[in-house]
Amino acid sequence: MRIEKHPILEFQKGAKIKFLFDGRELEGYAGEPVAAALHAAGVRVLSHSHSHNRPRGFWCAIGHCSSCNMRVNGVPNIRVCIEPLAEGMVVETQKGRGRLDV
Amino acid sequence: MYKTEILVVGGGPAGLAAALAAAEQGAEVTLADRNSDLGGQLVKQTHMFFGSKGQYASERGISIAKILKEKAAATGKIRILTGATVTGYYEDKKVTIEAGDKFFPVEPQRVIFATGAQENTLIFPGCDLPGIYGAGAVQTLMNLHGVKPGNRVAMVGAGNIGVIVSYQLLQAGVEVAAIIEAAPRIGGYYVHAAKVRRLGVPILTSHTVIKAHGNHCLEKITIAELDEKRQVMAGSERDLEVDVLCVSVGLSPLAELLFQAGCRMGYVPELGGFVPFRDDCLETSVAGIYVAGDAAGIGEASAAMVQGRIAGLAAAASLGYGKDTFLEKVTEAGRELTGLHGGPTGEKIRTGLAKLTLLAKEAV
Repeated sequence: MRIEKHPILEFQKGAKIKFLFDGRELEGYAGEPVAAALHAAGVRVLSHSHSHNRPRGFWCAIGHCSSCNMRVNGVPNIRVCIEPLAEGMVVETQKGRGRLDV
Repeated sequence: MYKTEILVVGGGPAGLAAALAAAEQGAEVTLADRNSDLGGQLVKQTHMFFGSKGQYASERGISIAKILKEKAAATGKIRILTGATVTGYYEDKKVTIEAGDKFFPVEPQRVIFATGAQENTLIFPGCDLPGIYGAGAVQTLMNLHGVKPGNRVAMVGAGNIGVIVSYQLLQAGVEVAAIIEAAPRIGGYYVHAAKVRRLGVPILTSHTVIKAHGNHCLEKITIAELDEKRQVMAGSERDLEVDVLCVSVGLSPLAELLFQAGCRMGYVPELGGFVPFRDDCLETSVAGIYVAGDAAGIGEASAAMVQGRIAGLAAAASLGYGKDTFLEKVTEAGRELTGLHGGPTGEKIRTGLAKLTLLAKEAV
């Protein structure tokens, strides 16, 4: 699902790295949003609605709408559409509203 | 305490132009943007702009963002805070900023709100399925990050964004099944619409989406034709197999901070929703608070940049900077803005602005 050739744009990508999504090892590029890496890997369901548990993907992709909240490295409610991907990141589908361990 | 003469909230086309104009007049400016980079939505606009040379016509949005950023850096008078979200405006005229793990108050003498807009949603059964994305989101995913949103897309909305993003989808190698528009005519610029039509994309006017189907993600949509009263015509329903539905049904100004600051607001559908009352220099009903760009009413980036310039010049002049050149510069900018809002494409904005003026008069 990556764009291979584009008539106008050239995409500057970071290093190819590995990260975990719900225990599965996936590949992406360092610095790109976690949601972009997931989408490129075919993962489109990012969260679930609180009351009816309906699947949710991203909506705005600019960190405004909270539709893409996930648990990243143990921290809940991370807007993965603007969260830069890093080597070894642990990305998990969040259950419920998420709890911050403090 | 962090003090600044002029705080510009939002580093898109309006905010960048505002900061630049104010700094060039000699004011000391802080430009805060919640994103990791400046440029706002310009950074994903691969199409060329209209207008005149002064408004960067014939340049692609991505290039305009670069030019503005370089100019802003060159002034040496703009402190740029990226990854910095302005979270509130308080009664003591201070604003708070959250940046990374820091949270701090700022005391500005003037504030220019150039907060931009958010995409509107469309409500129908199944509208929350993954695969149904805002048109701007799809643009971000493809033009900024090089990822295709899916294999076959349907676009809702034949306004400028709808037709431009459809063309950009084709450029990225994604099939566009159809553009669906509830109105009986295409709202976007003819040149863009003609381009996608030539490439074989049907633009279905007087049509709407009535249902989205899919188990976990979007698999199919049902569309239908609308009569003159915009009611679904019985028997006109048909299915389109698509894995992405791109929603481009307008934008709403991000007005929260303006409300919080106590600016008097009016609801004007032609301008996208609640917008602040303001004078010709874009100063709101609260002295020292200005507005520019989509936050002032949904429009185009070219007009947003001119509005930013006007607000920046005015805020700087009110602090005593560039008073000798102010009148000449602001008159020229005003002329440009009138030009951009002229013609049939500016009709909606002109109507909206007239309504806003009327509302403001009634409110006095």
